[in-house]
Amino acid sequence: MFELLGIPPQVLMGQLLLGLINGSFYAVLSLGLAVIFGLLNIINFSHGAQYMMGAFVAWMLLNYFGIGYWPALVLAPLIVGATGIVLEKVALSRLYKLDHLYGLLLTFGIALIIQGLFRNYYGISGLPYQIPDALAGGRNLGFMFLPTYRGWIVVASVVVCFGTWFMIEKTRLGAYLRAATENPALVGAFGINVPRMITLTYGFGVALAAFAGVLAAPIYAVNPNMGADLIIVVFAVVVIGGMGSIMGAIVTGYGLGLIEGLTRVFYPEGSAVVIFVIMAIVLLIKPEGLFGRAA
Amino acid sequence: MFRTVALGSLALATLAAGPALAEDINIKLGVLNDRSGVYADLSGEGSVVAARMAVEDFGAADKGIKVEIVSADHQNKPDIASNIARQWYDAEGVDAILDVPTSSAALAVAEITAQAGKVFLNSGAATTDLTGAQCQPTTIHWTYDTAALANGTGKAVTEAGGKKWFFLTADYAFGHALERDTTAVVTATGGEVVGQVNVPFPATDFSSFLLQAQGSGADVIGLANAGGDTVNAIKQASEFGITQAGQQLAALLMFVTDVHALGAETAQGLSLTEAFYWDLNDKTREWSTRFEEKQGAKPTMVQAGVYSATMHYLRAVEAVGSSDSKEVVAKMKATEFDDPLFGKGHVRGDGRVIHDMYLFEVKKPADSTGEWDLYNQIATISGEDAFPADARRVRLHQEMIHRGIPALAGVPRRTH
Repeated sequence: MFELLGIPPQVLMGQLLLGLINGSFYAVLSLGLAVIFGLLNIINFSHGAQYMMGAFVAWMLLNYFGIGYWPALVLAPLIVGATGIVLEKVALSRLYKLDHLYGLLLTFGIALIIQGLFRNYYGISGLPYQIPDALAGGRNLGFMFLPTYRGWIVVASVVVCFGTWFMIEKTRLGAYLRAATENPALVGAFGINVPRMITLTYGFGVALAAFAGVLAAPIYAVNPNMGADLIIVVFAVVVIGGMGSIMGAIVTGYGLGLIEGLTRVFYPEGSAVVIFVIMAIVLLIKPEGLFGRAA
Repeated sequence: MFRTVALGSLALATLAAGPALAEDINIKLGVLNDRSGVYADLSGEGSVVAARMAVEDFGAADKGIKVEIVSADHQNKPDIASNIARQWYDAEGVDAILDVPTSSAALAVAEITAQAGKVFLNSGAATTDLTGAQCQPTTIHWTYDTAALANGTGKAVTEAGGKKWFFLTADYAFGHALERDTTAVVTATGGEVVGQVNVPFPATDFSSFLLQAQGSGADVIGLANAGGDTVNAIKQASEFGITQAGQQLAALLMFVTDVHALGAETAQGLSLTEAFYWDLNDKTREWSTRFEEKQGAKPTMVQAGVYSATMHYLRAVEAVGSSDSKEVVAKMKATEFDDPLFGKGHVRGDGRVIHDMYLFEVKKPADSTGEWDLYNQIATISGEDAFPADARRVRLHQEMIHRGIPALAGVPRRTH
């Protein structure tokens, strides 16, 4: 067997697979951001906090109501999505006329408030959440031991990502949404309730974040800072993919997961910054992002 | 602020009522630690509560010592820690800084404290460099250090047959110090280190690094990290079947809050080294119950260390009758203590506090009677074994203190 820079192919395969798993989180989270930015022009900085809320709601459902993982996978995004809708109605809808910066500052402030509240009540050490029985264990792939749950993450995220892409790019509803972004007044004239559609879109983007949060709960510590650590990386992913590009967010999410995985083998110290290096290069060469349409 | 005022007025009230004392001593203590990040639960507000308890238990107000406590969040960043420390010393008249987890931040504060001629009572940081390569005459390192951890967990695991080690090292001062000190103990005990990987700090996903460790053929995966990093690494090691496949995990630094977060189910059987556990004896139980009433969780060894360090500091202030840092530090080093939380001990010439350490094993969920009933005590490691002295260094320090002047003023400044 060949070796690449002294790394046996089995190890490489394993690391690529792990990169794909991390990429799944990047893809689902950056997809939510891209949907919100593409259709609302809001840079949703509270996305990380909403991801964290998804994980916490799953934990609360289990510990306060005895509701397990599978119902939580649906309920938590619905609940957190509903809080997103309230947020959009009460606050964000007032900012559409203003510069992007106002939405960014508002959502950033809200993220800090949410994280502070959770930290106050639940501390920082994290809460335990077990992997559901049906997905416990794993299988030996020959080159690595793959926990069943990690496999499930990849499957679930691929289905959600491409489902969302299909809905926005290929269905009538998606066409309305895209049209409403281009010219809200004209679409409204055709009898479509544009403000409600925008509210629901924000709720959907937030629900995607919460969905990723529930996926993450059993493998990462459920703690108030889990989103804050991730959100900056996810923003870099969105910038590299092209702000507002649905397909760009998905492809770069998985792609950067793979690149980060490889960096962890060849130069582990650099794995925390490699995505930002790529972002800087992309911004210099193609400022609109890899999949973005030139403004 | 409110409490500060309350404490101050309490002191005044007692003074007015009690026998007239010659003169008041005013002390301002600054608790500088992580109040929002990964180490917030093991230090954070709990350390402030512990310091306040020490002031009350010592009865400072009755003894004519007026103590004010301030606190701040250093966010685990050396630059922020340095700025706050400078401001506290130069503008706000702080006499001593307490706690300071995160070794890189602690080393920065140690240097600034020496320049300012104040006192640094460290409890939260781990690196032996605080009393070793970068030691300062104004530093007292209370609770634990990387050498003690290595002499506890590292030694026990190697002696039990874990000869080949692979380290997952948090990529900053603390992780490197812990890896270095554990490596020394492992090789001295007849083991070897087959590899290591530097993991960016803080990290969420350890699977890549764990897989590299698995491929190395090591018996033991040494986790040279702390807090949330350790929790995530252990969780994921169990998920990836690493422990089931026969490799052993050694969590070189784990706090009771980490074990609590992991749950006994995942953490059972792990061996770890701590300087303090709430359920050691009647005195620790009594104090921990009082602490829990105020803070809502059992204390960690770091918070207990803040309590005892404050206590020892106040005893020295009372004995010398002033807040002069040179005299107070000299008195602290000259006086042996019998502490309710750490037992008998003393401060070595280089500032290292010598007390017993304990090797614990995490209980099985079936044996645990409550959410905080987590440890079985395996062994007691005497202070001399836990914190081995570098004889030459200690002598040098004693000489410095004996001569007086260079110990406080003449610390050479490094260029950065």
